[in-house]
Amino acid sequence: MPAQFLLNLCIAVLWVFLADEEHISASVFVTGFLVGIVVVFIMHRYRFFGEKFYILRVYAAIKLILLYIYELIVSGIIVMKHILSPKGELNPGIFKYKTNLKSDWEVSLLAMLLTFSPGSVVMEIDPETNEFYVHAMDIKKYKENLLQFLVKFEKAITEVTR
Amino acid sequence: MNLNVIGEFGGAFLIFIGSIMSVISAIGIIRFPDVYTRAHAATKTAALAALLTLVGTLIYFVFHDSFFSVRLLLAIVFLFITAPVSGHLILRSAYRSKVKMTETTVEDELKPVLFPDEVIPDEVNKTP
Repeated sequence: MPAQFLLNLCIAVLWVFLADEEHISASVFVTGFLVGIVVVFIMHRYRFFGEKFYILRVYAAIKLILLYIYELIVSGIIVMKHILSPKGELNPGIFKYKTNLKSDWEVSLLAMLLTFSPGSVVMEIDPETNEFYVHAMDIKKYKENLLQFLVKFEKAITEVTR
Repeated sequence: MNLNVIGEFGGAFLIFIGSIMSVISAIGIIRFPDVYTRAHAATKTAALAALLTLVGTLIYFVFHDSFFSVRLLLAIVFLFITAPVSGHLILRSAYRSKVKMTETTVEDELKPVLFPDEVIPDEVNKTP
């Protein structure tokens, strides 16, 4: 992935120099970058890099960021409902979840996403076995939901990193 | 009513919603029973409120001065990164310094791992 991006950047800079205008402008750079994307894509088609085309990864990252924002809004609304409801009967609890994610980046991304998802905050992470200890605000209501969400999150994260 | 006025109004509206949300999260910090549930209000709702306020400010300045503030964008990014980390750290240190959970707590799978000496044998059977 870094090799593809650097090549794309080099092509864009080269494009700016070849355009040879009086002032260096952003639009020429963007044009060069788009041309670079095409070139990198053609190289990718002939298996030059031997890995995923990096624009796909950028697309997955944008989807992940949108997922973060969506989860934050939904969970904010749910927590506000809990705060404003007159009967504040909560059954909090801590449950364990073991992820399949391996690297530190993936685990910390999942922990951030989990903290923003409805009714859960990560309390402890076992660094060796990658087990999450999640505090759920109402364990009967949210545990099933959270386990479903977690699978979705893991899929979204692995699309970016692998 | 031209576009600029509508944009300014939208930004101001977002700031208004954000301030209401931060009031609600402050109420939540008082109302919830223990540290662990309070952290839910402090991380999620407060982060959302600050985020809405910052986005509202960004939109307001885009329409009012036609000035896109990169610093506000950076503030949003760093808020996104730091809010869950701070919540996690508060909870972690609270649990390690043995702050009690509420009476209504249903299950606790962390206690046998962190403090194996204090677990009463009945509790081990209850939490598999």
